[in-house]
Amino acid sequence: MLVSFLMLYQDRMLALINVFALHAMLLGLSVGWQAYVQDAPQLYVTAVIAILFKAVIIPAALRRMVEQLNIHREIETVGGIGLTMLAGIGLMALSTVVMLRVTAAADPLAREDLAFALSIVLLGLLMMVSRRNAVSQVIGFMSLENGLVLAATGAKGMPLVVEISVAFSVLIAFIVIGIFLFRIRERFDTIEIGALDRVREGRR
Amino acid sequence: MNMLMAHAANLVLLIPLFAAGVFAILPWYRWAARLNVAASLLTFAASLLLLFQRPAPTPFIQIDDLNIVFVVLNTFVALTTSLFSASYIAHEVEIGRLTPRYLRFYHAMFQFMMFGMDLALVANNIGLMWVAIELATLTTILMVGIYRTPEAIEAAWKYFILGSVGIALALFGTILVYTAARPVIGAGLPAMAWTELIRRVADFDPALLNLAFVFLLLGYGTKVGLVPLHAWLPDAHAEGPTPISAVLSGLLLNVALYAVLRFKMLLAGNPHTLAAGPLMVAMGLVSLIFAALMLYRRRDIKRLFAYSSIEHMGIIAFAFGMGGPLANFAGLLHMTMHSLTKSAIFFSVGHVAQVKGTQKLADMGGLIVTHPVLASTLVISVAAIAGLPPSGIFMSEFLVVSSTFARAPLLAIPLVVGLLIAIGALFLRLGSVVFGEPRGSTAPDRASYLPFLAHLSLVIVAGFYLPTPIVTWFQNVARLLG
Repeated sequence: MLVSFLMLYQDRMLALINVFALHAMLLGLSVGWQAYVQDAPQLYVTAVIAILFKAVIIPAALRRMVEQLNIHREIETVGGIGLTMLAGIGLMALSTVVMLRVTAAADPLAREDLAFALSIVLLGLLMMVSRRNAVSQVIGFMSLENGLVLAATGAKGMPLVVEISVAFSVLIAFIVIGIFLFRIRERFDTIEIGALDRVREGRR
Repeated sequence: MNMLMAHAANLVLLIPLFAAGVFAILPWYRWAARLNVAASLLTFAASLLLLFQRPAPTPFIQIDDLNIVFVVLNTFVALTTSLFSASYIAHEVEIGRLTPRYLRFYHAMFQFMMFGMDLALVANNIGLMWVAIELATLTTILMVGIYRTPEAIEAAWKYFILGSVGIALALFGTILVYTAARPVIGAGLPAMAWTELIRRVADFDPALLNLAFVFLLLGYGTKVGLVPLHAWLPDAHAEGPTPISAVLSGLLLNVALYAVLRFKMLLAGNPHTLAAGPLMVAMGLVSLIFAALMLYRRRDIKRLFAYSSIEHMGIIAFAFGMGGPLANFAGLLHMTMHSLTKSAIFFSVGHVAQVKGTQKLADMGGLIVTHPVLASTLVISVAAIAGLPPSGIFMSEFLVVSSTFARAPLLAIPLVVGLLIAIGALFLRLGSVVFGEPRGSTAPDRASYLPFLAHLSLVIVAGFYLPTPIVTWFQNVARLLG
């Protein structure tokens, strides 16, 4: 949760990726804890996938990509960082209020879990909206997905189908993203979404 | 034969999956195009078998009155699109826009996408349905970017970002539905099965259901192309290969709308939830009017019809939002008719763009002089989509409007205004393309008219006469939708 805020605050690419790795690691640990609390061995699988895949492999791949593309420089944001932080705090408060009110009947653990998950999802969204760079949008998307995994594991006894599918979808999503990043680089020598907009204006 | 019947539902899924695998390794694209048609034909046949005998619902697959309509429609349009795609692709290879390697990929993806959509329709599990829709989305993203031009990649990227955010929201909604169901049904698979959910929904926590529905409407609404979330749709339609535009407009939007409808049914089953109708009515109306106005400013022919799809999705969402047997009936009819007509339009537009060598409206003109047959197909199909009398669309739009007048006359006014604006825009654009000064290339066309004729004759026949079994069947479904 705090880490999501850290991500919003980051203005350098490599640092952002490191923070994302931390985020995923925490997710993995919390899923592991859920597995222990709910006594559901299949959740350990999800936890391991989260840690191995999201906290180790993806950040490594992203780091390589950033180095290859040579985009260490500052990340351009829409609006200032302070403003984004304020918006983030607002979203968090909103999601907590909404979830706690709506799920008054459910058991307290699940409630807080859902509230956290929703705020992580919203922060991920905010991050996608507020960044202009393709790589950081992708990271925003993946932190959003982390929130979803948290929600899915928090819902007690949710069938394994979903967990596998979530991991699976992240995998596919990443392949797609990788393909796109490479194609985008081939064509524009940059992965700024702004460059895409220029192409668009040229066409009209 | 009996065994075949018993496994028809599985066949609908397995044939596309198997074909996708074959196409991925098959190096000759001419064969792949033919086999693609054959595979689609087999799938269609399997779905027709489902009409006669329905398998009992299993934890993962169910066939009921609502989804059987969509399964048959889906496989039918897939069949005609594969026919169209065979002739379209041959031309693309000739002018070198696509290489055989990409075609292998293209055919494999085509069947894989069909698998995703059919699975989404027959799924009896909200999680499985979500996975299937995600699968269909990912394959279409790859297809949209297949030309590898900067525009195509931009369109695919935009589609990817918006589509995946939508899908993420939908997953959150799905999880919330499960959370609502768990205390009543108990943990495990049954709490995600439609058949169970519908039976027990009255005891669920209404507040959680409300919240879930908002997420689901936003999430799947992105895929339907309802207005605040429509931005990906015109780009994806304009930049991808035309057969894909036809499938996107005709089928994928329907599948997403089907998901929304399912959840609306769920909400309707619980007396304490908020009414889903007004939300859908509002989104539908905004989509309709916005898209109708946007139609005037389009310069790209495929983009023009993409906005027209948004407009029609708006009408359909409006109809289902109004609810009640008549409006639901009209919505279902409109969905079917729109699928058939819109894919017919894209078949025709695809050939027009190919002979003219461009998609810009300004660069094509006088089609009636240079290509009389193509021009008349275009005129007929546009007249049909605009809702002129002999077509089935006229009938469904008429039903939507009249049922609205009967129940909420004030809402009918913006509805009619939106429809008229759209008709005006479509004919304005059509006039310049078909009747204006002859411009652009006059190369002879080698179009295949069979898919086009199949669709349009169905639409026009439906405008005059709907067979009684189909009417009673639609009525049943409309009642189910509440």
